[in-house]
Amino acid sequence: MSIIFDHVAFKYNPGTTYENTALDDINLKIDDGEFIGIIGHTGSGKSTLIQHMNGLEKATSGTIYYNGQDIYDSDFDMASLRTEVGMVFQYPENQLFGTTVYEDVCFGPKNQGLDGKEISLRAFEALRAVHLPEELCDVSPFELSGGQKRKAAIAGVIAMKPSVLILDEPTAGLDPAGRDEILNLIKELHEKNGVTIILVSHSMEDVANYVDRIVCIDKGHIKYDGTPREVFKNYKELEEIGLSAPQVTYLMHDLKRAGFHVDTDCITIEEARNEILRCFGI
Amino acid sequence: MTLGQYYPADSVLHRLDPRVKLLATLLYIIGIFCIDSPIGVVFVTVCLASLIFLSKVPFSFMVRGLKGIMVLLIIAAFFNLLMTPGVPIVSFWIFKLTWEGIKNAALMTIRMVYLIMGTSLLTLTTTPNALTDGLEKGLSFMNFFKVPVSEIAMMMSIALRFIPILIEETDKIMKAQMARGASFDKGNLIQKAKSMVPLLVPLFVSAFRRAYELANAMEARCYNGGEGRTKMKPLRYKRNDYISYGVAGSFFLICIVLGIMF
Ligand SMILES: Nc1ncnc2c1ncn2[C@@H]1O[C@H](COP(=O)(O)OP(=O)(O)OP(=O)(O)O)[C@@H](O)[C@H]1O
Ligand SMILES: [Mg+2]
Repeated sequence: MSIIFDHVAFKYNPGTTYENTALDDINLKIDDGEFIGIIGHTGSGKSTLIQHMNGLEKATSGTIYYNGQDIYDSDFDMASLRTEVGMVFQYPENQLFGTTVYEDVCFGPKNQGLDGKEISLRAFEALRAVHLPEELCDVSPFELSGGQKRKAAIAGVIAMKPSVLILDEPTAGLDPAGRDEILNLIKELHEKNGVTIILVSHSMEDVANYVDRIVCIDKGHIKYDGTPREVFKNYKELEEIGLSAPQVTYLMHDLKRAGFHVDTDCITIEEARNEILRCFGI
Repeated sequence: MTLGQYYPADSVLHRLDPRVKLLATLLYIIGIFCIDSPIGVVFVTVCLASLIFLSKVPFSFMVRGLKGIMVLLIIAAFFNLLMTPGVPIVSFWIFKLTWEGIKNAALMTIRMVYLIMGTSLLTLTTTPNALTDGLEKGLSFMNFFKVPVSEIAMMMSIALRFIPILIEETDKIMKAQMARGASFDKGNLIQKAKSMVPLLVPLFVSAFRRAYELANAMEARCYNGGEGRTKMKPLRYKRNDYISYGVAGSFFLICIVLGIMF
């Protein structure tokens, strides 16, 4: 079970004056059960990349294999791909339309052709998973707060029980508590249900804390692909393309420069704490 | 004339004042309906060709506008060809092919094609915003008749600005619902209409939200009607604009003279 990008390139509006190369020669293999973070400057092509994973955009050249099948084959079942690869878009709350939150969450499972019982079971399961208070299930989604809307929209995708879940900046514009709640929910889905997670994020801290592998995109190319430690070692190069390393990494470099013999590879607060304690022999 | 088909380039025509281009287009349209002789057609063709050359817009963009009226054009030419009274060359049943018919059909086709190409040239070299600016300035005499020209122009430019935004928004929402398994082209008419709900509801919600936000932002910047507002980039005539008025005027006169003489 895997998603493979084979020399994928993509242009917006090909053949017009507004032609714009968004992806260029992308090669990528995503295995089952991975937790991947995608980072990149704004406009680097992250959203475009992930929209290829469930066939919403079609590569201008190159191809994509899902479980060994070419998704651009004429006999490939795109509908089943979309039920297996769930996608939470940037600002997903803008897509709510149901008369009630419950009805909106049911939309995905209904399109999967499930029977009524299964649909409502999944809807309630998903709503519970995102910690949306039960009394909010029967109100109009337009009456919710921004963060609650976000949760409802995410529930709408989780209810489809995808085996791969892609999230495009799911925490943008949320308060710290809301952000942690969503990230922990994603982590739980990954650990308990074995869902493959692909998380697009602008927060280096979140990426360092949660993901196992980072794919860094710059101007439509893959610049780095590796564990967070490996990628954040290149913090100077990352700064050149408008990114950075987590703040603790800078702290560790400062300490080292000040003469303390600390390991500068630390990327999370936890690691840094242990390293500093070790250095001071406490 | 499709809206927002502006072709970005740096040419003499792109830099002209929109008022000049609007008036010149008007004169051009009247001009091509004045001429009715081969010599006139040659004259207009030469003028149009030089303008297209000056505009630096690829020729394929000019004829793109023709696709939409192709069928209409063929039908009209067909009836002109066979139904015009005159000296018959061949005839069958109620149809007669006449010299007058051939001339009429050719002239009508040329006029329509040139009309589309000329107006396309206007929209291809002028941004929609510049067009509304030009219209606002050019029609400001209507203020005298209590027509709120500035308000109408403001409404027009806002509407034009919102078209690409709404298209983008539609695209986003469509993709998001497709990711949840929606399909927008399956089933009969009623099912299709029903499948539009997940697209239209969020689209309207976001359109109203945007309108509300824009209204607030305008109010916060003290917008209170169009009268007496100054522009950040006021339209000012330059030398080229005066020359172009002259050229457009001469073109018009020559067309009239050609129309009368031949
Ligand atoms: N619908 C579109 N039409 C034309 N060009 C587009 C479209 N969407 C994106 N682009 C262009 O493609 C490039 C990549 O955009 P993309 O949305 O993938 O960036 P991103 O990495 O997701 O940025 P952000 O972090 O701001 O979300 C950008 O240069 C953008 O201008
Ligand atoms: Mg994006």
